Formats: sequence, C-alpha cells, structure tokens
Amino acid sequence: MAILETIGLAKRFGGIVAAADVTLAIQQGARHALIGPNGAGKTTVINLLTGVLRPTAGRILLHGRDITALDRYQRVRLGMARTFQINALFLDLTPLEAIALAVSERLGLGTDWWRLVGSKGAVADEVAEIVERFHLADVMEARTATLPYGKQRLLEIALAFACRPRVLLLDEPAAGVPEAERHELLATIAALPADVTVLLIEHDMDLVFSFADRISVLVNGALFVDGTPEDVARDPRVKAVYLGEELDA
Amino acid sequence: MTPLAADIGQKLKRRGRWSALEIAFWIVAFASIWLLPQKHLILTETAILALFALSLDLILGYAGIISLGQAAFFGTAGYFAGLVAKHGIIDEPVLALICSGLVAAALGFITSFLVLRGSDLTRLMVTLGVSLMLGELANRYSDITGGADGLQGVTVAPVLGRFEFDMFGHTGYTYCLIVLFVCFLIARRLVYSPFGLSLRAIKGNALRSGAVGIPVNARLVAIYTVSAFFAGIAGALLTQTTAFCSLDVLSLERSADLLLVLIIGGTGYLYGGLIGAVIYKFMQDWIATLTPQYWQFWIGLLLVAIVLVGRDRMAAWHQAARAALGRLGARTIKWRPALGAAGAAPGGR
Repeated sequence: MAILETIGLAKRFGGIVAAADVTLAIQQGARHALIGPNGAGKTTVINLLTGVLRPTAGRILLHGRDITALDRYQRVRLGMARTFQINALFLDLTPLEAIALAVSERLGLGTDWWRLVGSKGAVADEVAEIVERFHLADVMEARTATLPYGKQRLLEIALAFACRPRVLLLDEPAAGVPEAERHELLATIAALPADVTVLLIEHDMDLVFSFADRISVLVNGALFVDGTPEDVARDPRVKAVYLGEELDA
Repeated sequence: MTPLAADIGQKLKRRGRWSALEIAFWIVAFASIWLLPQKHLILTETAILALFALSLDLILGYAGIISLGQAAFFGTAGYFAGLVAKHGIIDEPVLALICSGLVAAALGFITSFLVLRGSDLTRLMVTLGVSLMLGELANRYSDITGGADGLQGVTVAPVLGRFEFDMFGHTGYTYCLIVLFVCFLIARRLVYSPFGLSLRAIKGNALRSGAVGIPVNARLVAIYTVSAFFAGIAGALLTQTTAFCSLDVLSLERSADLLLVLIIGGTGYLYGGLIGAVIYKFMQDWIATLTPQYWQFWIGLLLVAIVLVGRDRMAAWHQAARAALGRLGARTIKWRPALGAAGAAPGGR
C-alpha cells in the first residue's frame, strides 16, 4: 500500500521547470531513495512534499488523504517529517530543549503555557529514548551551535524523528560529515524502526545501494526510472545520465 | 521511568526553578515599600516602566518581534482606564485595570496579523504606523480624550474599595509593585512552559519550527496579544496613579524609550526590562538634578556608548550574570536532596 503519493506534481519558477509531472508512490515501510544529478529537482520535490513550496500543478496524498493545500505544521501532525540538507537547527537551544520541544508539540502540549517544560513524565521518557537512539546523551546540555558537525547531523534527524513520523524524509543526511563521525550516523540511519517509511535523498551511492529497497531517479525535474536497486543499477539509461558520471568521477 | 528519563526530566525543569538571586531581587523590591518611602513617586514610575518593558521583552526577547509601537497598547488602555474612572463606568481600580488590559489585548490581537509577515524593518514601520494613527485619533477626538490638554477630571476610587490613593504615592507604589509582581509571575510561567519554548524556537529558526509541527503564526498572534495585555496594564496603572492621561502616552518617544530600557537591561531573561527600568529611571532622575535642561544629552551618550560597546559584550555580561545566578540556584537545589537523602548512594552510573 502506498503511504505517500504524488500525482502529476509540477513546480515552475518563471520559465524554469524544477519539477515536471512527478508521479511517485512510496510504499508503507519502504526504504525509498530519490537520486539524480545536481539540479535534478530532488530538494524541490521534498519542499513540495513538506509544504515549503506550493506546487504549480498536481496533488500530494498522505495515507490517501489530499494534503496539497495543508500548512507545513499540519503535514507534520499528520505524520510526515523531514530533515534539511543544510542544518536547520535551533542554535541557541540545547539538544535536550529542542527534542523536548518537538515531543511536547507532538503530544499537543505546545499551547500549555502554565506548566514547566518536561513536567509531564511522558515527555521526559520520550526525550530520553530519542537522546539514546541518536547518541546525543553526552552533548545534550551543550548549546547546539557548539556541537560537532556529526552530532548536529544526528540532531537534525532526531528532531524529525521526535515528531513520530510515519514517513521520514531525509535530505542528504550524510552530506559533509567527516569520515570519523560518519559511521555513527550511518548506523543510526540503518537502525531506524522498520515501521517508519523513509524517503532518502542522497548523493553517496554506497549509502543509497546499501540502504534502499527501491530507487527513483530524477533527471531535469522529471521522473526518469523507478525500480529496485538491481533494476536501476542495470538500466543503461541511468548509467548514461547519472551513474556513469558518478563512476567515471 | 529509566534513570536517564528521570535525569532528563530534572534537567528540563531546572531552567524554570527560582534562583536565590531572583528571590533576593523581589525581597529588595518589596522592602522598598518600607525602606524608601520618600522615593515612592519615582518608584511608581519605575514599576510601570518595568512592566511596560516586560511586555516588550515577551515579544522581542522571546519571539523575536521588534516593535516601535508598544505605546499603542499602553496609551489605548491608559485612555480607557481614565475614561471609565472619569465617567464612573467602572468604579473599582483593579477591575478597571483588568478591563483596560483586555481592551489593549483586543487591539493587540487585531494588529498582530499585520506583524506576521515581513522583515524586522517592516515590523518596525507597521507597529510605528499603528501607534501614530492612534495618537492622531486621540488628538482629533479631543471632545472625548481632552486632546492636547489631556484627560482632565479623572478621579480614581480606592483600590478594592479600601486603599485610597495618596499624594505621596504610597498606595500607588504598593499597588503598582503588586501588579508588576503578579504580571511577572504569569510571564515567568509562560516563558518556561512548552509554549514559551516554542517561542524561543520560532525566534531562532522559524522554518524549522514549522517542520517540527509548530503553528508559527498562531503562536506569534498569541504572544503579541499577551504582550499587548501587559502593555495595557502598564498604561492603565499610569493613568490610575496620576489621575491623568495625555497624548504622550501614545507617542513615539514612549516606544523608543522602551527599546532603550531593554538595550540597557538586556532581552530574553525577563529581568532585563526590570533592571533596565531601574537604571533608566534613576539615571534620568540623577542627571536631571545635575543638568535639568539637557538630561537627554546624557541619555543619548549612554545609548551610543552601549551600542558601541556592542551587543556581544553586553550579552557576555548578561551570560556571566546568568551563570552566577544559575550557580546560586544549583547550590540551593543540591542542598534539598542532600538533606532528604543523606547517606543514600547517588544513583546508577
């Protein structure tokens, strides 16, 4: 069953076509990768899915429900969360506060203006679980701005995960992470719960082929090939436009 | 509950604990009722300015909304409090005060939609524009407001029907200080709550706030309305304690002075407005006795000096002060479990 679908999704900026007629189905529980050369429109698709951009045409369905017109926060509440290619963190908050914030919002406590943050036991329990899962316990009280880059990338995913999404969109989660911190990050991504559907955008082909069970290739804003990793790896057209370029490099 | 979860619960709540320095601050503030009776008139003005600055800190220091129009709420509520007292519509000051605050809050709610969009500069202009319009409306409808002569003939009934206002400002100061304290308590609860945390998040990164499920615009409308309420309470207090209200309650200077107070005191930790108001008022008083005519020269010099010293260095001082505050607080926290569980082994790891 498809948990997230796009039907004829398109986005034009003036004369530039950033996404053209993208029809995509992400299956429940999938590990779906969206790849493509630079400028293919991958981040545009994520921005359309999450409501940062409004599509020029087309529809987006989450659990069969049309969410095309919904606000960003409403999509989060319906179970779709994302990470950002370039860190978008709360630099003045500690990881503890940032995660507690996301958890409190999900539990509907965001309008609670009378009790202290964390006075509900459920919040502390969940924050603890997330802090452990994302290996942030040792830095949880440091200002986010002072965290090593690898930890910031982990927090980037932790914040999205704290929204308890059923669909998690990861926008180049490993981009720019130094080799020494890379293993922890990749292991954490691999260990995401199986019931969370993941849509991964990534340039790193090792990560894509070790992680994904389905791959969609985007070229010039249009869906080019959609299939299993084996299909995609074998497809001569993909090799020509994308993998070839990667392999030659 | 795992030990980590229990620990995290404690750490999250710790920020909202009262520190020794805070308690000392309020003890000193209330002690001034008995210790400085001859200063009650200026202290009344200080308490009102502090509450007014607190209202701006809520939107500027926590939600990141810069405003040059806080006087709109101050003045509107000020005139409302004056008119209901003059015409005997609401005879009890506390009730009139709350109603004035609500009127300001209603105005804040309506105008909040104007500040949702746009950059800091847009917000400065929009908020300034709203207060300018209200100022001219008050000027134009002088049959109601008294225009340039001010609202005359306001008589304020005794507080709660018992405590009469006196010419030395004793009742007025006690009344203002209690109102300031109550408003501060509410603001303090608010900023350490999940709601307050979401405001800090929006100030830091509005894009990400939406991406973790925060309805950004609704939160900004809410805090702008609350801020207008507090500003309105401050304006009504001024009218009630002076039994007078004039056009300058809506002036640009009043809003600009407020920013100055927050620049002196610092934003985003609630005490900035209070400390800033004390420094500003007493410095104004002191300089005015030295050079009655030209006191604004020195205020201007101070402003330039503060800005040149730089926000960063100011922030570093505040950070140091806050750290000292935190250490004192932490010490008092450590005592309590130590007293309760003397000898018990410290948990787990």
